[in-house]
Amino acid sequence: MRDYVVRRLLALAPTLLFVSLIVFFAIRMIPGDVIDLMLSQNDVASDADRAQLEAALGLDRPALEQYGVWLFSVVQGDLGNSLWQNTPVSELLAERLPITLELGFLALVVSISVALPIGIYSAMKQDTAGDYLIRSFSLIMLAVPSFWLGTLVMVFPSVWWRWAPELEFVPLWVDPIRNLSHVLPPAILLGLSLSAVTMRMTRTMMLEVLRQDYIRTARAKGLSETMVVYRHALRNCMIPVVTLIGLQAPLLIGGTVVLEQIFVIPGMGLLLLEAVSSRDYPVITGVFLVTGIAILLINLAVDLCYGFLDPRVRKG
Amino acid sequence: MSTLLRVEDLSIAFGEAPDDVRVVESVTFDVARGETLAIVGESGSGKSVTALSILGLLGHGGSIVDGSICFGGVDLHTLDEAAVRRIRGNEISMIFQEPMTSLNPALTIGKQVAEPIRIHRGVSWKEALEEAAQLLERVSIPDPRQRLKDYPHQFSGGMRQRVMIAMALACSPALIIADEPTTALDVTVQAQVLNLLKTLTREMNSALVLITHDLGVVAQYADKVAVMYAGGIVETATAQELYRNPKHPYTLGLMASIPGASVNPRSRLKAIDGSPPDVANLPDGCPFAPRCQFAHEGCTAFRPPLRAVGGGGHMMACVGYD
Ligand SMILES: Nc1ncnc2c1ncn2[C@@H]1O[C@H](COP(=O)(O)OP(=O)(O)OP(=O)(O)O)[C@@H](O)[C@H]1O
Ligand SMILES: [Mg+2]
Repeated sequence: MRDYVVRRLLALAPTLLFVSLIVFFAIRMIPGDVIDLMLSQNDVASDADRAQLEAALGLDRPALEQYGVWLFSVVQGDLGNSLWQNTPVSELLAERLPITLELGFLALVVSISVALPIGIYSAMKQDTAGDYLIRSFSLIMLAVPSFWLGTLVMVFPSVWWRWAPELEFVPLWVDPIRNLSHVLPPAILLGLSLSAVTMRMTRTMMLEVLRQDYIRTARAKGLSETMVVYRHALRNCMIPVVTLIGLQAPLLIGGTVVLEQIFVIPGMGLLLLEAVSSRDYPVITGVFLVTGIAILLINLAVDLCYGFLDPRVRKG
Repeated sequence: MSTLLRVEDLSIAFGEAPDDVRVVESVTFDVARGETLAIVGESGSGKSVTALSILGLLGHGGSIVDGSICFGGVDLHTLDEAAVRRIRGNEISMIFQEPMTSLNPALTIGKQVAEPIRIHRGVSWKEALEEAAQLLERVSIPDPRQRLKDYPHQFSGGMRQRVMIAMALACSPALIIADEPTTALDVTVQAQVLNLLKTLTREMNSALVLITHDLGVVAQYADKVAVMYAGGIVETATAQELYRNPKHPYTLGLMASIPGASVNPRSRLKAIDGSPPDVANLPDGCPFAPRCQFAHEGCTAFRPPLRAVGGGGHMMACVGYD
């Protein structure tokens, strides 16, 4: 098992290299570069100023060389400095990452703890009023974008009840209550919107598994329906559900970017938006690198779950 | 021998009332402790449905529309769900056709074999697993204690069917229903599994209902036989009597189709021309008439009921011929 994890982690390297290559060159293709932005603050900027600034930031070298330099320092654990603030990118990331992890983790917990029980219930009560209600609701959650719901949550409570979500961010370890009252609303929104698909998948898979021969065997042993579902069906129906949760990782991350913006949560998403609008290349690359690693780690976790769920995978 | 299970006038339908399909029609049979009853018939004749209805496992859309299933003097059909669950796996257990898919791929063999013991006798998992090891030993699985921790994919088809047998025997049931237990197995393994099943049921003095499409199996293992066609029993007799003196044209056809002892016992019964009817669209009268070489116009008047022919409980459902 340990060998397997190590092998998988080593296999991440080429993928990350590829991701970094794309990001590195893609952001340099966005129109309007950082030098223009910096110089636009002075009215009179000569070509000499420009050349000087470029040289100072190392942007005068050919792109491929810049990439080589960047890669060389990344391998040594140095992600470079922000072009604007001169702070190390790794410091910025270390400050922002925990906040996004908190939001993402809470959203995931909400999504799973809503999707699984309701999906199972829906399958067990197939074609009853409750099942239809749940399926209609999940369709609505699928169709409504979370940024729209997020805006509603920001606007209407303050109009109706003079209550507004927290806007000043307080870290979890400083004041858990204020922190959660800030982070929980977007986490719930994101979690609910992710849960719609997971719930439908859980229902479909549960119905599929309940048709299997071994479920009939379990019933023939005299098990109650609850035991049949939890002991015999659940584990078998979780494999595709876990796959789906893994595939949702990019959606989860994308969702945090949008909701951090709406709810003013200073996580990676907000950092990325700031960095993109100021063309802060090292920060952008840093954020993407971390995101790439996160997605790959989630996929690894999903693979490890297969081993736990399916004995046939474990041995192989 | 006193009767343990008596199925009387059992009719089963799938679907909602006006346009439901009757897949089993007026089936009657009984079996006593220590006795083996074979139910024989082509694919689709309603054997599995009949077996499942005894345990109340027809599933979505299937229901008993008529008749009674008396087990130890109680009509199972009148019991509530909890009472039926206490009987399932405990007093009546079932072995299914497909050993490859009838075991849960995600649970260990030990857990699956121990499960009925645990729920019906309320013992701890530890004790139940201990008994499971003994059961695996009884069905001749080598290294039983080791294999408790293995998963179904680590067993061959024949071994899995042995596991299914161990599971069925776990609570020493009074009645075992084996639905084509060897159809999916290699010819060489078939006899081993059937012998094992027969020996163990005899040891426990249980009743065995053996469902099969292979008349060759019937001769070796059954005391009594019921031949099913299109959802109804067309002939029933002791195994000896049926072999010596088959009456119904369908049974005669089946007999003729037994390939000289066992050329290929896995071949489905095919020697009779034509194919079994669609139970949703049965012809008027005798359902076998369209394929019957003795059929005449009288055969389409009504579906013939079972009637006694000769002595010793030999009955058959055919009007045209004696
Ligand atoms: N769940 C169901 N819904 C509708 N019809 C069904 C269902 N299960 C069985 N039937 C029908 O009932 C009839 C009898 O099926 P059954 O499975 O009892 O046949 P069988 O004699 O066991 O055949 P085989 O030898 O192939 O196992 C078939 O016509 C089948 O189509
Ligand atoms: Mg069958």
